[in-house]
Amino acid sequence: MKAVLCAAFFLLLAAFCARAEERVAAGQYLTILADCAACHTPPGGAPLSGGRRIPTPFGWVIAPNLTPDRETGLGAWSAAAFDRALRFGRRPDGSFLYPAHPFPYFARFTREDSEAIRAFLATLPPVHQAVRGADLSFPFDLRFLLVFWDALYAKPAPPLPDPGHDALWNRGAFIVTGPGHCGACHTPKTALGGDVAARAFAGGVVAGWVAPALDGDPRTGLGEWREDEIAQFLATGAAHGALASGPMAEVVTLSGARMTAADRAAIAHYLKSLPPPPPSQAAAPPPHATMAAGEGLYRLRCAPCHGRDGEGTPGLFPRLAGSALVQASNPATILRVIFNGARAAATDAAPTGAAMPGFAGALDRAEIAAIATYIRNAWGNAAPAVAAGDVTP
Amino acid sequence: MTTRLKPVDAVIIGFGWSGALLAEVLSRAGLSVIALERGPYRDTAEDFPPSRAPDELRYAVRHDLVVKPAENTITFRNRSDQTALPVRAWGSFLPASGAGGGGVHWNGQTWRFRPSDFTLKTTILERYGRRFLPPDLTIQDWGVTYETLEPYYDRFEYLCGISGKSGNLQGKIQPGGNPFEGPRARDYPTPPLTMPYAAALFAKAAAEGGYHPFPQPSANLSQAYTNPFGVTLGACSYCGFCERFGCGNYAKASPQTTLMPLLRRRPNFSLRTECLVLAINHDGGGKKARGVTYKDASGEDFFQPAGIVLLAAYTFENIRLLLLSGIGAPYDPASGRGVVGRNYSYQTTSSVQLGFAERLLNPFIGAGALGMIVDDWNGEHYDHGPLGFIGGAYLAALATNSRPILNHPTPPGTPRWGAEWKRAVAKSYLRTTRILASGSSLSHRGAYCDLDPTYRDRFGRPLLRVTFDFHPNDLRMSHFVTDRLAEIARAMGPEWLTIAKRQAPYSIVPYQSTHNVGGAIMGTDPETSVVNPYLQSWDCDNLFVVGASAFPQNASYNPTGTVAALALRTADAIIGRYLRAPGSLA
Repeated sequence: MKAVLCAAFFLLLAAFCARAEERVAAGQYLTILADCAACHTPPGGAPLSGGRRIPTPFGWVIAPNLTPDRETGLGAWSAAAFDRALRFGRRPDGSFLYPAHPFPYFARFTREDSEAIRAFLATLPPVHQAVRGADLSFPFDLRFLLVFWDALYAKPAPPLPDPGHDALWNRGAFIVTGPGHCGACHTPKTALGGDVAARAFAGGVVAGWVAPALDGDPRTGLGEWREDEIAQFLATGAAHGALASGPMAEVVTLSGARMTAADRAAIAHYLKSLPPPPPSQAAAPPPHATMAAGEGLYRLRCAPCHGRDGEGTPGLFPRLAGSALVQASNPATILRVIFNGARAAATDAAPTGAAMPGFAGALDRAEIAAIATYIRNAWGNAAPAVAAGDVTP
Repeated sequence: MTTRLKPVDAVIIGFGWSGALLAEVLSRAGLSVIALERGPYRDTAEDFPPSRAPDELRYAVRHDLVVKPAENTITFRNRSDQTALPVRAWGSFLPASGAGGGGVHWNGQTWRFRPSDFTLKTTILERYGRRFLPPDLTIQDWGVTYETLEPYYDRFEYLCGISGKSGNLQGKIQPGGNPFEGPRARDYPTPPLTMPYAAALFAKAAAEGGYHPFPQPSANLSQAYTNPFGVTLGACSYCGFCERFGCGNYAKASPQTTLMPLLRRRPNFSLRTECLVLAINHDGGGKKARGVTYKDASGEDFFQPAGIVLLAAYTFENIRLLLLSGIGAPYDPASGRGVVGRNYSYQTTSSVQLGFAERLLNPFIGAGALGMIVDDWNGEHYDHGPLGFIGGAYLAALATNSRPILNHPTPPGTPRWGAEWKRAVAKSYLRTTRILASGSSLSHRGAYCDLDPTYRDRFGRPLLRVTFDFHPNDLRMSHFVTDRLAEIARAMGPEWLTIAKRQAPYSIVPYQSTHNVGGAIMGTDPETSVVNPYLQSWDCDNLFVVGASAFPQNASYNPTGTVAALALRTADAIIGRYLRAPGSLA
């Protein structure tokens, strides 16, 4: 009898441990979907130990330490406090977190999700690293003002699952509008940094990089992409002639490449269901002389890699013809890439991680503008011309 | 004060092609691997962007990718009875320094040696008898056959995406390829490059003369290629800045464009650059390596203990580190005994320059390994009996080196400077080309390396002393093939031509070839070789000496393909056999 009881006890214990392990694994996966590491892991530092400075239009927000250190991390936080911070953007003292922490998206998490994430974070090696929360300019440094921001922008998203769609779509919608917080970059922002809800996924600008539209626009969005290409892009950073660089390179390596193929397919399926925006008036084509000057420079400087016809090389040099980034209404990304260069994402599946050198020392601003105007309007591309004055490093 | 570091499974000295290939296989098998490179870290976009890479002054004239003689050089003499002097400016050859080694600035000529190259001595004795062989030639068989190396050649070609046309596919001769090559399991991974005009003229004249021209196998790729590891290379833009330059658009196979993206992702591998290995540490008797001592950029000394030491530091430094570390018996040219430094050999090159009256050859369209080859006068492809020499050469029209600073062709009789010279250069540049013969170099008793008794490096260590001159056999061979080259040149219909035959004594000044081989040669007999056919030291079984230092003599071909095949075979033998049963593999 004693032996039976003993065995039952151990079975229960084992089951409990297995459940706890499952919960930690589930929490870890949610941190991958949410790409927590992109902000909370300092370059070359301990996982999720904070300290990374996140640029915002209002100043620097400094990502806190999520390791279980009692003094500087989350070690002393209760489950309820963690949940409130994660999903509702409130600190234990009731004050507001800056919305660089994408809590309006994380409101999609359930309490169970939040506990799983907390269980996973508790397994990290504690790192003693005090992190100052922010370094913002007045009046954005006044946290209490965020009460107005919350009232304006932290609105509950439409509930999921949506019975009008299948399970794949609902999974995709959950990730994109929830943990994936895609709109945090890809949705245009108001002057206060809130989402322009009416123009969801119409493209945005983050830290000087254009996040292209994810809607169905054939020129600047995903209209010409197939679902499998979107999924491949998330997995490898290379598809449809495009290469992930800048902040998206990190999203791919830290999140997209590490999520399940089923979740990437769900994201792709959901994104392809987004409608194209209403057609906008095409920009006037640039004058012939501008295009000719740009073409000459392009052939000399750019064609050896990107090709005379702007076709690029899959997985190595991005295709410029038909590229959403090249034709984005805001030319910030292509200008900074020509000026400073960029490195593509490297993943296990596509490890090349090729880089483009900066041409700042080889081309002046007028030349960079001419090249930008040319590639935005050659090979069937169309986008407003770029002036030398627009070119900033 | 030497800091002792945490032991690793394997330490690699030198991070060129050999070091990178060893690092890839060993780290993939899970070993902890450290590579120590004397030169700086280099990567494509940062170090040779297209906006800076075509800088002839920096790279071709000032040799930016080459080791600085003030940091490490050799001393040189032609004969044992002379006093060697230090090389203070590189000329005849350019030993590389920096991550990627010579794999960064190579032309990309990617050959396989022919089957008879590996059994040279046996082949010559069988065909022509003992009396045919000059007594002071010290040529040897390699102890490895072409058939054994074929899968490793194949692996390297598919790692790089080599562009070419097979001539012998599984024993079947293929039109348009090299009919003399050893059988290959499959064709090249990418098709040949598009031929420039001069190469096409050469091929036409050669074919009309009954020869078998074919495209140069090239690591400058004809089209984009993704290798079996998923790393993508681009297509060559024919910019003409290849030899002595890094490739700015990922189109030349190098450790950077084929392996470094993988190695960067492996937590069990690290590359330490600007770390100069001073010596291989051993048990005192040279029977077991313990690790290496190196100096980092700040001048601090470190001892890196390692289970296996892989010496892959170019021919000269391989030999020198063995001698400095006291591993293996040094070669004594007087007695012919000893092995370290024995059988140093080189290459015997010559050329013909030809200018046309009207034909515009546009030589600025170039690459590193772009052109047409005739292999009919190479190796055992013809009967040497009536000719009285061993060896041969491939004849080539390669579109390289036509850059503006160093290339000012003029017809014979033109003044060396002034208005007339300028007019001649302006007319000749587009109308002139050079074709060449790249010939073998047979090891002989008077060609060897040892430690210089006088000259030392900045850390007080003796420099390597190289004693070398062309053997009369090689000059006879070279003069014969140069005559054949001139016949093809005449058949191309030039207005003028000049023939540059190779003459003794060998001069260290004009550039000839960075194909310095031998000195730590492979073989089946410890009395006449430093390493066994797995490139494992006969004396010290956890030391492998990898690179062209293992060649017992030099074939006419460029060595990189064979260097890579040998390195891959060594790496496989370490993983497959040595780790299971440490000890001699031979």
